[in-house]
Amino acid sequence: MTKRLFVLLTLMMVVSMLAAACGGGGAPAAGEQKAAEKIVKVASQSPLSGGQSAIGTSLKNGAELSLEQNKGRLEAMGFKVEMVAFDDQATPDVGVANAKKIVSDPAILCVVGHWNSGVQIPSSEEYHAAGLANISAANTNPKVTDRRYKEVSRIVGRDDMQGKVGAEFANKLGVKSAYIIHDKTAYGQGIAEFFKVRAEELGMKVVGFEGTEEKANFDAVLNPLLNANPELIYFGGIYDQAAVLFKQAREKGFMGVLLGPDGLDSSDLTKIGGPGLLEGKGTYYTTVGGPASLYPDAAKYIEDYKAKFGEEPQPYSAQAYDAMNMCLTAIENAAKAAGNQVPTRAAVADAVRALKDFKGITGTINFDSKGDPLDAKYYVMQVVNADPAKWGENKVIETIVIQPPP
Amino acid sequence: MAKPTQTNISSLLKPIWGWITKGITPYIILVVYLAISSFLVFNSPRSLPAFLMFVSSVVLLYYLPTKIWYKAVLGVLIIFVIIPIVGVRNIFYLEIIFQICVFAALALGLNILTGFTGLLSFGYIAFYAVGAYLWGFFGGQQMFLLHAIPGSAGPPGKFFLPADTFYLFLFLGFGLAFLVGILLGLPVLRVRGDYLTVVTLGFGEVIRLLATNMDKPLNLTNGPQGISPIQRPTLPEPLLQALRVVLNPIVGHEVTLNEFYNLFFYLLALAIAVVIIIVTVRLDDSKLGRAWIAIREDELAAASMGIPLVTTKLIAFAVAASFAGIMGVIFSASRMFVSPESFIFMQSIGVLTMVILGGLGSIPGVILGAAIVVIINLGILTDLSIYLGELRQSDKVIPIINFAWKNLSSQLDPAKYQRLVFGIILILMMIYRPNGILPAKRRARAIEEHFVELNNNNNEKEAENGAA
Amino acid sequence: MERIIKSTVLRELLRPLGQIVAFVLGTGVILSILMFLISLIANKSAASLALIERNGIDLFTYTLINLPQVLVDGMALGFVYAAIALGYTMVYGVLEFINFAHSEIFAMGAFIGVELLLALNAAEKLSNITVATAFGWLFVAILAGMAASGITAVLIERIAYRPLRGAERLVPLISAIGVSFFLQDAIRLTESLTSGQFHRIFPTFGNFDERVSVLSFNVASTQMILDIPIKSLVVIVVAILMLVGLNYLVNATKLGKAIRSVAQDRNTASLMGINVNFVISMTFLIGGSLGGAAGVLYALKFTRIDPFVGFMPGIKAFTAAVLGGIGNLTGALLGGIVLGMVENFAGAYLGVFTMGNFGVEYKDLISFLILILVLIFRPSGLLGEQVSQKA
Repeated sequence: MTKRLFVLLTLMMVVSMLAAACGGGGAPAAGEQKAAEKIVKVASQSPLSGGQSAIGTSLKNGAELSLEQNKGRLEAMGFKVEMVAFDDQATPDVGVANAKKIVSDPAILCVVGHWNSGVQIPSSEEYHAAGLANISAANTNPKVTDRRYKEVSRIVGRDDMQGKVGAEFANKLGVKSAYIIHDKTAYGQGIAEFFKVRAEELGMKVVGFEGTEEKANFDAVLNPLLNANPELIYFGGIYDQAAVLFKQAREKGFMGVLLGPDGLDSSDLTKIGGPGLLEGKGTYYTTVGGPASLYPDAAKYIEDYKAKFGEEPQPYSAQAYDAMNMCLTAIENAAKAAGNQVPTRAAVADAVRALKDFKGITGTINFDSKGDPLDAKYYVMQVVNADPAKWGENKVIETIVIQPPP
Repeated sequence: MAKPTQTNISSLLKPIWGWITKGITPYIILVVYLAISSFLVFNSPRSLPAFLMFVSSVVLLYYLPTKIWYKAVLGVLIIFVIIPIVGVRNIFYLEIIFQICVFAALALGLNILTGFTGLLSFGYIAFYAVGAYLWGFFGGQQMFLLHAIPGSAGPPGKFFLPADTFYLFLFLGFGLAFLVGILLGLPVLRVRGDYLTVVTLGFGEVIRLLATNMDKPLNLTNGPQGISPIQRPTLPEPLLQALRVVLNPIVGHEVTLNEFYNLFFYLLALAIAVVIIIVTVRLDDSKLGRAWIAIREDELAAASMGIPLVTTKLIAFAVAASFAGIMGVIFSASRMFVSPESFIFMQSIGVLTMVILGGLGSIPGVILGAAIVVIINLGILTDLSIYLGELRQSDKVIPIINFAWKNLSSQLDPAKYQRLVFGIILILMMIYRPNGILPAKRRARAIEEHFVELNNNNNEKEAENGAA
Repeated sequence: MERIIKSTVLRELLRPLGQIVAFVLGTGVILSILMFLISLIANKSAASLALIERNGIDLFTYTLINLPQVLVDGMALGFVYAAIALGYTMVYGVLEFINFAHSEIFAMGAFIGVELLLALNAAEKLSNITVATAFGWLFVAILAGMAASGITAVLIERIAYRPLRGAERLVPLISAIGVSFFLQDAIRLTESLTSGQFHRIFPTFGNFDERVSVLSFNVASTQMILDIPIKSLVVIVVAILMLVGLNYLVNATKLGKAIRSVAQDRNTASLMGINVNFVISMTFLIGGSLGGAAGVLYALKFTRIDPFVGFMPGIKAFTAAVLGGIGNLTGALLGGIVLGMVENFAGAYLGVFTMGNFGVEYKDLISFLILILVLIFRPSGLLGEQVSQKA
């Protein structure tokens, strides 16, 4: 038995040796940088497999599209620009291992990424240790920037602020009682908790606060909800769950306001939720992403995205586009400062924070000292058409500018 | 069965085999191979083939017939010199080896339950969670946040316990998981066979749900937000300075604190994995180990031979759990973060896959299984995807069919199909090699001797079971 | 002679109906009484006071007025679980192993059914149609899902399980896990290659989204509604039809007899001239197609499906099968109903009774705890293993 194994092993060794020899010879997999070319790479990390891969892939695609459209400036300076897409499988183990792999490739100067805050937080410890800039396009957990790492920035709002914005808006609508449901993820729960705090401060009656991992059958959640007879349902979570919940709530006869955070910003919300969303007091969501109607660039982005990938972009995909663009701009600035040479990671990380009034497709971005976006603009949007193709027509009800906590 | 062809191959390669193992040859092969592979890894620190070659040299060291002192010397050399050096040059390797050690320990624990005692468990990862959350709670700031909203930040820089109590918690994690194992074992042992599988599955989910939900009324686990930061034990600065003097010139850069932590956790996980391996090997040959196997083979017969069923099974549960518990403590410290996402059902299945792939009941097999799964998942699949991504960004075309790589759908990235790959591996393994890559010796013997007989008897036995 | 046959047929059709009624009523009554008792005891507690302050009613009234809706919802969910659980239990009865891939067989049915309806929708066959036509198309989709799942199940058995027959218990189980992984990603690959996305949404057509309102009134500031969505009715009716049909098939036909004999003793059955392989294939076909139908019903009720959709219902259904006593058809039915009811009861009452400290998020935990408790006190399930008597 062992003998046979030996033979197998020997064969394996020979093969791997050959592969190693070839790899050393010049295949790109070995990744040895050729002296003549100035290669800069930007990595992306998001879940590309498993249940959360729809959004994860869209994040990656947004970054990919951005690279394609914005790498020209760097190429004009004589750089070869590449993107390396990693799959963090939405698990911290894989995310951290990938982060270490990213860190070990000296050509990678910036990371766009992570969808799950639970993966971003441990992974960014590695980026921080290596001085590698990380721009997050989707992580709204306060802890992401509260650690005050100069390498870690984000271009999305914080849970504690978006929850607050939602509650302020609900108050303006004159809502007296709210029922809060969240999806038991770091994102959804975070927002829901802060919505609750602010709502209670404003004198609203929070008649229920529930978390559920359920994706399909919300009967058990909705029965007590209907009994409490709230004027508003706030859902902290993502559209795929929210839409099913909202649909079932309307079917069960709930006619009050439906409200949620930017996780709801997807045309699938109406595709799943159907015309019921428009009934009663309507459906609203708060978002940091500039709506297509205000930002023509965003509308163009959606068109380009559809043309390239043949599908609608998911929430945060436009933010990934901007994050990648910021990475490239920062690399460009740092490279110029370094006399057209490949800049150091530290220089890129500083250059990211030094970006002033960056014009992205989701708005103008400035960072504060922690890496949160300053003057974060939150839009309250109303769903106005049940046709998924007309998602872009959603109306801006309010614009709230709010500063991140110091 | 593909048996005859295999024998043909081995008989063909017999002369080569004889030459390799004779006299001084294995000594030379080992040292040369190790030197070449270490040099390659050192020289191109990000080449996966070079790393695979290096890993295979370790496997070779285990199997080539050389004197034990020779193996020991080379082993020490690899562990304390070569891996630290190449690892600091590319900490990804340290991470891979760290994860191999952690998962090997988990797989060995599950192997005691499933491989030795024959109790199939689908919720094994729960014990890992127990250890991780134990240190997460006491080693983090959770004690200050008991009444806070989940997700609020703790007092900066203030921790409930000093960082070095970590070492104490290694033992506490071991002990707590041991207790939880017994507590779970007590009720579970009333059920048998497939029912046991379901109950353990339920238990695994219960622990994960508790971790997700125990953020109110008292915020014990911080819910889905997870606990962070969690402390790492302190490393003495003088020692680091001394190590820097040695390491800096070799690796070519100033070794950072983070790299030292990676080294530290690699060595710690390895040390504990080694202890666990020794314990398992000793258990395998002990009275207890034989009792476990007797229970696996025939519970009734074992009981009538005087083996106390309940105690023996309980010990299996407790020992298996304690391995996972101690690794959980290390895990949460090395990540400085713990959240319920790490303990999903898929992880339990992942560990089970390692055990099955390597060979149920076989200690070296299980370790190999852990190594293979980790390397395929983190190394090979990821690298293939990255390579494909590079091709897609280039202007290259597939030669014969003249298809531009650019147009290849990104849906086809290998990294996205991890489950597909493991699914196929599992099915093929079960059909062609159900006893794993390295079958347990005892089992292998049984299979060779009774292969035909077994096949015939099985149907009868099943029929009896059905009628009973 | 003819009269005897007729009465057998009638008995085999009526008996499962009686069982269903008994189980639903029994579970419902027991759980209701339990809730009444608890609410009576706790009626003066802090939880009740908090409820009075919030909703204006006390705990007992709250429990009372919620009961009908909770029972109806629990029943609909229970039948979905039962239909999936039957697939697990049939395979277990015959082969004595857990077909872990059943949850993906279920997902396969859901996808084929929904894809068919989406294609019809794209061809504008689903807009402006009569109620009867809508039901007709739904029926076609269910049949398509059944066919797809049945064939998938047979293929899986042929490729991944048959070569392993006679091996140790663990071996086919692991192979089943492999199949389950494989199918998840295979569905994802095909679905995302064709459209870039791998989830599908059940098209809106017919009157399935409407609700039959039974009653609706207000007690203080609390709204009390009982209405049943038409799709829940569809789910319940189709599931009952399938259960009755399956019971008839197994207990009153020649094939059923063959299945039962193979379950009892494979070797002897083979000696008696029964083609064991054929019977096993048929078992997979029947179990798989039940799963497929459940998949389409699931998509109808819950709208959105993705390749991982089978996982949770699969685990729950499996739990239900074990709860009732695996290998036992009646047991699967009972287990499904109990589990569905318990889940809805926990979701509806837990939060209120604990003042929001333990809410609906604990409903899965409670299902698993009940499973563990049942197995500890009745190690072979509520009705026990009846492998030798029934398929």
